Amino acid sequence: MLFDILLTASFWAAAVRIASPLIFATMGELICERAGVLNLGIEGIMVIGAFSGWMAVYLGMGLWGGVAVAMLAGMLFGLLHAMLTVPFGLSQHVVGLGVTLLATSTSYFVYRLILPEVTSPPKITPFQPLEIPYLVDIPLVGPALFAQTALTYAAFAVVVITAVTLYRTPLGLAIRAAGENPGAVAAQGLSVTGLRMGAVIVGSGLMAVGGAFLTLSAFSSFFFEMVNGRGWICIALVVFGAWRPGKALLGALLFAGFDALQIRLQQTPVGQVVPYQMFLMAPYILSILALILMSRRAQVPAALMQPFNKGER
Amino acid sequence: MTATDHKAQEIVLRLDRITKRFGALTANDAISLTLARGEVIALLGENGAGKTTLMNILFGQYTADEGQVEVFGKPLPPGNPRAALAAGLGMVHQHFTLADNLTVLENIQLGTVPLWRAALGQAKARAKLAQLAADFGLGVDPDARVGSLTVGERQRVEILKALYRDARILILDEPTAVLTPQESDALFDTLRRAVAKGLSIIFISHKLHEVMALSSRVVVLRHGKLVGEVETAGTDRHALAAMMVGAEVTPPAVTPITPGPALLTLREVSTPSIGAAPGLNAVNLALRAGQITGLAGVSGNGQAALSDLISGLISPQSGSLEGVGRMRWSSRAAIAAGIARIPEDRHKTGTIADFSLTENAILETYTQAPYSRWGLMNWHAAEEQTRHLIETYDVRCPGPHGPIRQLSGGNMQKLILGRVLDAAPRIILANQPVRGLDIGAISYVHSQLLAARNAGAAVFLISEDLDEIMALSDVVHVISEGQLSPEFQRGEKTAAELGLWMAGQGFDRAA
Repeated sequence: MLFDILLTASFWAAAVRIASPLIFATMGELICERAGVLNLGIEGIMVIGAFSGWMAVYLGMGLWGGVAVAMLAGMLFGLLHAMLTVPFGLSQHVVGLGVTLLATSTSYFVYRLILPEVTSPPKITPFQPLEIPYLVDIPLVGPALFAQTALTYAAFAVVVITAVTLYRTPLGLAIRAAGENPGAVAAQGLSVTGLRMGAVIVGSGLMAVGGAFLTLSAFSSFFFEMVNGRGWICIALVVFGAWRPGKALLGALLFAGFDALQIRLQQTPVGQVVPYQMFLMAPYILSILALILMSRRAQVPAALMQPFNKGER
Repeated sequence: MTATDHKAQEIVLRLDRITKRFGALTANDAISLTLARGEVIALLGENGAGKTTLMNILFGQYTADEGQVEVFGKPLPPGNPRAALAAGLGMVHQHFTLADNLTVLENIQLGTVPLWRAALGQAKARAKLAQLAADFGLGVDPDARVGSLTVGERQRVEILKALYRDARILILDEPTAVLTPQESDALFDTLRRAVAKGLSIIFISHKLHEVMALSSRVVVLRHGKLVGEVETAGTDRHALAAMMVGAEVTPPAVTPITPGPALLTLREVSTPSIGAAPGLNAVNLALRAGQITGLAGVSGNGQAALSDLISGLISPQSGSLEGVGRMRWSSRAAIAAGIARIPEDRHKTGTIADFSLTENAILETYTQAPYSRWGLMNWHAAEEQTRHLIETYDVRCPGPHGPIRQLSGGNMQKLILGRVLDAAPRIILANQPVRGLDIGAISYVHSQLLAARNAGAAVFLISEDLDEIMALSDVVHVISEGQLSPEFQRGEKTAAELGLWMAGQGFDRAA
């Protein structure tokens, strides 16, 4: 029964689809944390991304225009987060939760301002699957990886770009060093403030694109609570991935796989006996187990959550 | 003047009447200094004399109130670390500026490639690094994580970092404070090679024998003023020490007294090894009242195990401890048995950096009256005690409220010393009590340990400095590979003979 599911192409396709928004947001969070800033604004920034991207398209922009608007909105809230946590050095926990609350309620508020009367949210035409010729014909893998929307392909590209930037460029080295020992960065005459703010702003932009995936690719409309804790999952995925883009991608696919699996298991004879809530819980429980197994020796960026003030001992 | 003469005299660095004030304190008072090509200047001074401030001005971390700096004849713009690096200054800080989770190569490359360049150019960097490593005798694996390196290796990375940036002037801030004697020797070898290649060095240190061994000229600072500048060849340790503290330093007088009974006895105690560090191997030791027992040895030969055992952090695997009551052996039992500890690392295990002086002062006694009663703290009593310690032990600080990390090493150690000695303990475990301190603070700590011994305490002194052991101890043991030598009376063995025991000879015959 389990194997039957694992052998269907639709299961693998679903796993990749479910993983896509997580991949964007996880990369965003990973960039922030590598620079030394924990961004708990992620949940709210995904909401504002989902809302603003969808609203832009609803108001007549193209789909890619929607993605750009979502990204800008995310970067704006990222700027707020970065201002408060980096130059002002406020508590990253408090600021992050504050940004999440602010971004979430701003989205709902603007939604009601623009659409005061509607009961069921209007639909847009989302991104359509793009089949890549020849590759799509590979059994199982083909439909899973090569019949997705453009935004899913972009998610994988973002992983590669993030990894290359972090490990192969001077900028990435400086970002990682800012998260490990900001003193060493400052001693080289580089600006820790600039690096960290930049990382938070860019990272927040990616989180918002993750949110926009939900409205522009996965579903076709925006509704309240649609992000539904995905941001928090991404925080865990960064830890699961030991702050490495490749491993974090693996984590996102694993979690999404569990999620796709539980939906299908609900429809099997087992689902008739076991309450469906148990299935909903499964991905989270399995993720916690995987987290425990995988992350015990992970190297946390040494200066994560430590504000840096020049000239202080 | 011939051309070669002129070259020999080439001035690479000139400090001209540098003055820096912090509020009412003048940290640097019109200091002028020149450094010639291929020269090694030792900058000597007590903690707080203004050495670090001067170097921070040089590196643009502070801006001088008056005066200016010239490097290779060009004025250095103040307050700009990048300009200092570009001018050819390289600094090896006392506290390394390395990122532990990055590799050696990454740490060295950081800041050397323009941020927006597409590639790091690791292959080229690797080749340059290998060349430097070979030229200067600084072997280190470029792909090793810095966090996995020893302190000595990390220092090599710091030096490589400066050399990689083509530094022509190296400034080292107390480079040997954290090194073993062997690592210090290797460092000196590297520095001599650097000088031979035409680099110039400013070397900040407290250790007079190193100053004598390495430098060509000594500059002494005291209370922010330059008080002396002498050719190393024309001076000696004694004269330098006097210049540094502004008075003659006399080594503490040890008057022989008859020791009392053994307060703590170890019989055939063995402990398991911890990682690469050996455990104890059938150790016999008696700590007697009114006696200083010195433990000599090269670091990492079981000193840690012995100190952990006595402070109750580990229990004997076999053998027994006598004179400590019947409690199961633990740090609590050790405190109950009247054992007080001056820990080896005052930053890591001796104090809590962000806690106030008051909180640190009662760190070991806060559960007892008068500091707490019925589970409630009595901060008034704690503060009173702290003021008493500050006064009695001459801790120079703004008051009992500030965080202890603001104190210099010497003053921090004085507070720890006060915490230990004020309770009049029966047994004092002093593990490297003067590491990194200046001469004034060292002689203070030593005189206090002697006073405690004269008052009847058993003092166990662990040190890697053989001179210190021989000057203070009534009896000496040598530790090597977890084995303890027999007890030697004061004056029974020469330094050379003890050195042989430290190298592991003599144990076979004794066994």
